[in-house]
Amino acid sequence: MRAPASRLELGARPRNQGLRRAALVVVIAGLVLAPRLFGYDRFPRPEFESGYLLPDSPTPEPRSVFLEYLDVGVLAAALMLSAFLALKVRRRWALAALSLFSLAYFGFWRRGCVCPVGSIQNVALALSDPGYALPIPVLAFFLLPLAATLLFGRTFCGAVCPLGAIQDLVLIKPVRIPRWLGQVLGVMPYLYLGLTILFVVTGTGFLTCRFDPFVSVFRLSGGLAIVIFSLSFVALSLFVGRPYCRFLCPYGVLLGWISRFSRRHVTITPEECVRCRLCSDACPYDAIQEAGPDQAAAARLEDRRTDVRRFGIVLLAIPVMIGAFAWAGSRLNGFLAQMNPTVRLARQVVLEDRGEAEETTLESRTFRASGTPGEELLAEAAAVQRGFAVGGWILGGFVGLVLGFRLLSLAVPRFRRDSEPDRAACVSCGRCFAACPIEHRRRAPLREARV
Amino acid sequence: MLFDRWRRGRAKGAAGGERMSRREFLRGLGGVGALLGIGASAGAAGSRAGRDNTVWQIDPDVCVQCGNCEVNCVLKPSAVKCVHAYAICGYCDLCSGYFRPGAPELDTGAEFQVCPTGAIQRSFVEDPFYEYAIDEELCIGCGKCVAGCQAFGNGSLFLQVRHDRCLNCNSCSIAGKCPSGAFRRVPASRPYLLKGVEA
Repeated sequence: MRAPASRLELGARPRNQGLRRAALVVVIAGLVLAPRLFGYDRFPRPEFESGYLLPDSPTPEPRSVFLEYLDVGVLAAALMLSAFLALKVRRRWALAALSLFSLAYFGFWRRGCVCPVGSIQNVALALSDPGYALPIPVLAFFLLPLAATLLFGRTFCGAVCPLGAIQDLVLIKPVRIPRWLGQVLGVMPYLYLGLTILFVVTGTGFLTCRFDPFVSVFRLSGGLAIVIFSLSFVALSLFVGRPYCRFLCPYGVLLGWISRFSRRHVTITPEECVRCRLCSDACPYDAIQEAGPDQAAAARLEDRRTDVRRFGIVLLAIPVMIGAFAWAGSRLNGFLAQMNPTVRLARQVVLEDRGEAEETTLESRTFRASGTPGEELLAEAAAVQRGFAVGGWILGGFVGLVLGFRLLSLAVPRFRRDSEPDRAACVSCGRCFAACPIEHRRRAPLREARV
Repeated sequence: MLFDRWRRGRAKGAAGGERMSRREFLRGLGGVGALLGIGASAGAAGSRAGRDNTVWQIDPDVCVQCGNCEVNCVLKPSAVKCVHAYAICGYCDLCSGYFRPGAPELDTGAEFQVCPTGAIQRSFVEDPFYEYAIDEELCIGCGKCVAGCQAFGNGSLFLQVRHDRCLNCNSCSIAGKCPSGAFRRVPASRPYLLKGVEA
């Protein structure tokens, strides 16, 4: 072995060795990966002599795009018709017939997807994930009911939404739930909306779709747990008016906000209200703000200073509530992040590495087989957890704000001369029309004249 | 317009026929706000919109044949089926996607088949080649044959979502359970991720 002639040569030898080693690694990797990467040629393709032709593998097409746009057209037509029936025709049976159609078309025939309620998630995904192209029919399903609500109130809920229709049509014996309970449960849709968006933004999944209680009814299929959940919701709907719409539906939150400012809205009475309050008994959804008696109005005026003081106190309490709920929301982020598959996987992998896991999971085995570096997974999981940490604060603050506004509206009872539908809660189902004595006069003016 | 009516209403006072109350004014203002909100969300989401609808599909190069497709689909049997890319098949006599390991050679009895439902039909082409065809009515999408073909064969069997069956749920219940992330949304105009087909 000769001595190295120079420092350069001394340096060159290890470099050559390194190159050779690298080449060896490439060759071995190539041998292992070749069938995976280059057409799976473990066995040569046969050359047939008998004139055998390769059969085609059929590729059945998905539902045609034309049908998707047809659905959008049917939705638009149903929205216009429901507004016309609720505002002009004013007959419950007509609205019920349209509900039946919507249930059959959007529910049982189209089998539920995509619905405006679920489309919130697609829109949130499109806004948060640049890799997702939002299909135009889905965007239309999201926007059309919002636009219709801005014009005519929540007529979408009343007779077009299949989820609303199934609950409305099975309601046979409405039980009035206590006011306080209704108010408390009424906050849940806001929480659900916030959670739904948080889950989409953090890549955790489509919460609203996963816990849609009616889609398995429309499809007449599903796992045991979801079928039990579905059936119990349908059973509940027999006695409690629209439990999903009032106490869960995240889309109803958006519609409620818009409906407050709608250009027109269903009216209970066609003319002057006689303050009989019969309509309140007819409404199964507690969506009527009753006309107050005259004495109460006078008493209210005297109490004005107490009202103002109470209003001020609640107003000052709102920032405190936002802060408190935001803090509570941030405490929840560890629990919520566990719902995320990436976070769950990272946790499992770390536990296995430490030897603390009882057994490996399918996910962790798949992850290890994929050869992705563990650091990549941990970084990804950490990013998701940061998302949940920030989202938890925002979600909590949002719920605090909603509660604050709810208290504010309760702090100053407003005196009403006429019974009016609560624009945010009324779904234009049309049950109150027939209860109104003035409406009866409108419907049969001739009979009235003869008497 | 809104402001005009409001100002006119204020000028005329309570007696004015066209007087607009504070409540009405605020409602109008809120309506404009809601319109702007809807418009803004439409614009923001619309800029990300694509003309094509999306459908779910399995990337066969990522799929690990865990068996979740069989049990997690809302349909029974699953909308996921085995598909055969004949172009890359070796037409082996002893097919590792068809025979169980350790099966006596050439015995096609059900107990020696990988497929639990007997959905793979083996037929003689010419010596020594056999064709393997999938009967989709019987296939349950368990992926056992795919795993066998992947491990010892050319990998010509693979799982795909069949769009004549798939309901295209907004939130695919298999995708939520897929351990390898092989499920993804693809444009409805190119609804399959096929093997053995030049892209």
